[in-house]
Amino acid sequence: MIPVSYYLALSAILFTTGMFGVLIRRNALVVFMSIELMLNAANLSLVAFSRLYQTFHGQIFVFFIMAVAAAEVAVGLALIVTIFRSKQSIDLDQMNSLKG
Amino acid sequence: MTQTDFFTLLPAILLTLWACALLLVDVFTPGAHKGRTAFLAALGLAFTLGVTFLQPGEYTGFNGMVVRDGFANFLISLFLLTGLLGVAVAYGYLRRMGIERGEYYSLMLFSIVGMMLMAQATDLLVIFIALELLSIPLYVLAAFAYPNTASEEAGLKYFLLGAFSTGFVVYGIALTFGATGATSIAAIVAATAAGVANKALLLSGAALILVGLGFKTALVPFHMWTPDVYQGAPTSVTAFMAAGAKAAGFAALIRVFSSAFPALAADLTPILWALAALTMILGNLVAIAQSDIKRMLAYSSIAQAGYILMAFVAFGSDLARPVAISAALFYLVAYTVSSFGAWGVVISLEKEQGKDLQIADYAGLGKKFPWLAAAMTLFMLSFTGLPPTIGLIGKLYLFRAALQGGLYWLAIIGVVTSLISAFYYLRVVLTMYMKDGQPDVARETWLTATIVFSALATVIISLFPAPLFDWASRALLMVMK
Repeated sequence: MIPVSYYLALSAILFTTGMFGVLIRRNALVVFMSIELMLNAANLSLVAFSRLYQTFHGQIFVFFIMAVAAAEVAVGLALIVTIFRSKQSIDLDQMNSLKG
Repeated sequence: MTQTDFFTLLPAILLTLWACALLLVDVFTPGAHKGRTAFLAALGLAFTLGVTFLQPGEYTGFNGMVVRDGFANFLISLFLLTGLLGVAVAYGYLRRMGIERGEYYSLMLFSIVGMMLMAQATDLLVIFIALELLSIPLYVLAAFAYPNTASEEAGLKYFLLGAFSTGFVVYGIALTFGATGATSIAAIVAATAAGVANKALLLSGAALILVGLGFKTALVPFHMWTPDVYQGAPTSVTAFMAAGAKAAGFAALIRVFSSAFPALAADLTPILWALAALTMILGNLVAIAQSDIKRMLAYSSIAQAGYILMAFVAFGSDLARPVAISAALFYLVAYTVSSFGAWGVVISLEKEQGKDLQIADYAGLGKKFPWLAAAMTLFMLSFTGLPPTIGLIGKLYLFRAALQGGLYWLAIIGVVTSLISAFYYLRVVLTMYMKDGQPDVARETWLTATIVFSALATVIISLFPAPLFDWASRALLMVMK
């Protein structure tokens, strides 16, 4: 049996990858994918801990996260499509009409 | 669902059903009469407010996942008031800007349900769902003026950073679950008290949750989205978001940290101390450099969050915590009324295509519209913390709480930054009275009503703060066992 710590290490790596993806990449879709990676890293941790403690709490939590993430995708993609229609680009560096 | 469960969530259930019905009504409302939806939304909010008042009391529902205690009742009432003011400022504004669509009010009601659940949640799972229920409608609302590029950009930025912060909250919850084997606050407390919790995991979990909620309440250094989103979003949305989302973020922060993590206070207090100090200093300093009134008010809202956090830094001390919570609740009310008033004035001056949003455009307001200028002066004084306004009383309570917690240096930083803030708040007042100009304002009944209500509340509560403060002091958190 694979020890829980392996899952946790993988989850930490995924979360860090996602976080740096958000901070470094400039394409809105890629940033969005990186955010999903962060959520899935949390899902992996929850499932791994759930097995460690022999409870269902963590697994049920994962279902909620997946459902909410789907709702978030619906809104997020709609926003990205709208902005692509008016700017012909989803490059975050070109989102510069708001300045102080 | 038992009867207790039902009563625990009664305000949220009512408002959800109302919002769903409103979506249906909107479909059958002809385009020229979309304003009807606004009246229905206001009616629903007022009805829910009435039910909340007539049926207070303490309930625990759904196996301790949600509660309705004094703290929740206080904040539910505040969120419903925020909703009413939000509908009032939006009604004329949306029509004037040509973005009157019925779903605006349904989205607002859904967001308010999320805020109410934030105040009621005693399980990290509910906190997560409430956070998303509050945020997702706000992402849509921020982009509501599409195809206006600024509004679209605001929506996208808010969405990306909001989802980013959700990632932190979720991972933080996962680590907390890993440390304690539970997501309910009561079980976390029990595991911490029994000494079975993994301290390092619990601490990282708490820190990540703090990062996520810091984004929502716009604490420095998690504030980068705030000025852009506040500037780009339709102003009626900004007003609603500034008051509601911030209060909801603090509701969750106060509930989670003072119920679940007091055992970590020794480690978390220095972090909170630094966040509060940074937020007060940076928010106020950067606000000075702004020439756009929406950006200036955005930085001002960041700074105000710093003052609320300042009181809460000493959350580990049993003596200081109740004082801090009641001071924070009182200040949230003070901030809500003053900020709706100020945003109301901004809305009445704003023209299409985002014109007349510079501070310079306020020149001559004092001569041409003396009452409006007087109201704006009052709100600026309230933000600064000068008499005769609710802002002064609120700040006094916050400073008292900070001193009770032994945070002398933080209180000094608070006083000094308040003095600095007078510079940019009073600059608006000076521009209105000392410079010549020909400003033009929109006259809308409900907008005027909001400004008058906010101005009256700002002055009257400052003269008689005792009833509200008593209510805030009684708004205690249910003890989790």
